[in-house]
Amino acid sequence: MDILNLEGTEDTPKIILDKSNEIFEISGRSLPEDSAEFYQPVLDWIEQYSNAPVAATEFVFKLEYFNTASSKLILDVLSALEDIDGTTILWYFHEDDEDMEEAGEEFSELVEIPFEFKTY
Amino acid sequence: MKYIYDMHQTMLSHSLILVYEGEFTQEITKSVLAMAERNMDSSGEESSVKRKVFNVMVECLQNIVKHASELKDQDNPNHSAIFMIGKEDDHYIIISGNPIKNDVVPILQEKLDKINSLDRDGLKELYKSIIKNTEISEKGGAGLGFVDMARKSGNKLQFEFHEIDTEKSFFMLKSSIVRS
Repeated sequence: MDILNLEGTEDTPKIILDKSNEIFEISGRSLPEDSAEFYQPVLDWIEQYSNAPVAATEFVFKLEYFNTASSKLILDVLSALEDIDGTTILWYFHEDDEDMEEAGEEFSELVEIPFEFKTY
Repeated sequence: MKYIYDMHQTMLSHSLILVYEGEFTQEITKSVLAMAERNMDSSGEESSVKRKVFNVMVECLQNIVKHASELKDQDNPNHSAIFMIGKEDDHYIIISGNPIKNDVVPILQEKLDKINSLDRDGLKELYKSIIKNTEISEKGGAGLGFVDMARKSGNKLQFEFHEIDTEKSFFMLKSSIVRS
């Protein structure tokens, strides 16, 4: 399966979705002009991946900041992952960033996937 | 040339550290954010305050970008907006002003009144219900941005409408973030 690899910019996150190396990560800042357009390749990739996922998918979110338009799309990503058995979300937040911690907790209440919270 | 001095005095008296007037795009948004970040970095602002200010600025600026495109195809080209940052000893102020259609006024008024009537937990519930139940294609994210601004600033959103003509009003919005 193809690797999705997007370099991070000042308004878009770094994304690596690599099945063969079992790396699934979205990190950095997310405030794109058009969040739906930006996240579409991610949603497409997950849809294809869901046909033959690895046994335990550890999907990492290590976001420094995301805007409200991105939050809707992050929920869409999580919803897509919900259908993949064995998925765990690793939600990283900076140790003094209570808002990012709370954001992760809120997402965890909206989808049926186990979340592990980690600081960096 | 006195207006230059007057402008300077106005900025000083309102503790404004940045004023931008004109067209708003994603590129402008990024530049304004970068300037504000540099200002906060150089004054050694606490990272939690920086994050909250950044957050409120993004929602504010991207709101203007969205609404500017709505008015763009109208005959009157005068749809430019204004954005300001104020910095007092104990708080930051994020201000925006932009023209909107008159028929949007009551809708905005209702949304903002509702947001201002809620406490911390109420805002959290509203946020979750909006994010669950709306499509992002609905322009303006159904007010998710305002809810987030209220949550992150920890203060009520101050707002006012000034009628420009029979079609448009000027929408002014002000949020303040405590410097801890």
